[in-house]
Amino acid sequence: MSDSPVILAHSLVKRFGSFEAVKGIDLEVSPGESFGFLGPNGAGKSSTMRMIAGVSPVTEGVLRIFGLDPAVAGSAIRNRLGVVPQADNLDGELTPLDNLVIYGRYFDIPRSECVERARELLEFVQLTDRSGGRVDALSGGMKRRLTIARGLMNRPEMLLLDEPTTGLDPQARHILWDRLYRLKQQGVTLVLTTHYMDEAEQLCDRLVVMDAGRIVAEGSPRDLITNYSTREVLELRFSAGQNAQHEAQLTGLGERLEVLADRVLVYTEDGESALREVHTRGMRPESSLVRRSSLEDVFLRLTGRSLAE
Amino acid sequence: MFVLRRIWKTNLTLSFLQPLLFFLGMGLGVGSLIDNRTSSADALGNISYAAFLGPGLLATTAMLTAAGESLWPVLGGFKWEGFYEAMAATRLTATQVVRGQFLWLAVRIGIAVGGVALVLVVHPDTRSFGIIPAIPAAMLCGLVFTAWITAWAASREYDTSFSNVQRLVVTPLFLFGGAFYPVDSLPDLLKPVAWVTPLWHGVELCRGFILQTLGFTECVLHLLVLVVWLIPGWVICNHLFAKRLYR
Repeated sequence: MSDSPVILAHSLVKRFGSFEAVKGIDLEVSPGESFGFLGPNGAGKSSTMRMIAGVSPVTEGVLRIFGLDPAVAGSAIRNRLGVVPQADNLDGELTPLDNLVIYGRYFDIPRSECVERARELLEFVQLTDRSGGRVDALSGGMKRRLTIARGLMNRPEMLLLDEPTTGLDPQARHILWDRLYRLKQQGVTLVLTTHYMDEAEQLCDRLVVMDAGRIVAEGSPRDLITNYSTREVLELRFSAGQNAQHEAQLTGLGERLEVLADRVLVYTEDGESALREVHTRGMRPESSLVRRSSLEDVFLRLTGRSLAE
Repeated sequence: MFVLRRIWKTNLTLSFLQPLLFFLGMGLGVGSLIDNRTSSADALGNISYAAFLGPGLLATTAMLTAAGESLWPVLGGFKWEGFYEAMAATRLTATQVVRGQFLWLAVRIGIAVGGVALVLVVHPDTRSFGIIPAIPAAMLCGLVFTAWITAWAASREYDTSFSNVQRLVVTPLFLFGGAFYPVDSLPDLLKPVAWVTPLWHGVELCRGFILQTLGFTECVLHLLVLVVWLIPGWVICNHLFAKRLYR
């Protein structure tokens, strides 16, 4: 495989009528990379993903997937992609095995080959013992894994995952992350959208933060934290409704303050000494917590809003 | 490339049970009222009521199967189960998805119509080699409905209108399309309506083939009308699927 980018976008725009979902973004993703789109709902992540998946025409700008133009080579691009959509659109009445085999047939893969690959993939996503039952009977996490297996039936060079763990319990998420990590080690390019910070930190080599149809930052999770946040964060909770009142008293503490509805965040290199200073100034927060900066803080800094819905 | 999807469904076999009941209930029951009256026999062209009704049921069955499989299942493919979205993400194109859908419907209709055909072969009044061309004729008629009803379903966001399609389009055609009595006995105002609707042409083809009363010109005209209905429906389906899947 060459090193030419698998995704190349320049001034990419997507409009639905008068609504501009994606407002001119630039992207470059290399083979083998795992790349993330981070942002709240409505940021334009899914619209971008659909364009990359070759199922949504580009309104303006340039988009090349594997060097091909989706407007003319949509089918050829999709042939080399694996897609894991946000909603599991599996066939609930069929077995997991049949779901995979039929999907493989859509790629014109011979039937016997389909069965062989399906068995391997069921093994990979740890569903071998469930391969004969109905899909309807599977749990949410199992369906997600099956959808991932389905996306791998055509041995794609790049796997697109739209919110892969939304709605899953923590244990199911960790199983899924582990499987995705293995794929990454096998050299599959992973492109995913998420509004979970921890997911982005776990899975992505590099990510872009999207907000309101634009890219507001780009880099590795660590770079983003270094560039847009401080080493540590002091979280303070005062009694109900008093967070804003303490803002004046907290001025000068740390590099930056962020007053949220439920807590005050103090961005500082040294959380513990900031906390001592809070007490010295005579404030008595109900609770306090010193933690490392996360992508959540980056997002807050960039957009002025919290990611949590 | 042929894409026959979801062939393993369990509900295939019963699809001809309804027409079978119609044939027994109407053909034999109503038939016993009708067959011994000279005026009725004249109207039907001196054949038994079962012989009149039976062949038409091939076409109505095709229509009912098409309607049943093209409303909720099609919208579901876009919205609820999303299997069209899943197909659209593969190397398939919208045209191939539509082709798969039509093939699948042809199989469903073929099985239902085949079931009716078996019954017709068993009954002495409708036993005829005309069944051989009648089956594809009924399927063609069914595909016309598939095309237009699929197009309707593919253009909807919600299923609220679907019962009205059944109530206001399918059921009236079923009752007034010439399967149960000759269209000639309809009021003058309604006759032309029956003549332009595809079902009547399907019914006439099946009946003409099985009773061997069909002239060559008539046959060509009926087929032509069905094809003229089918082609725009097919084109519209392709357009709507492409627009909805790749937007």
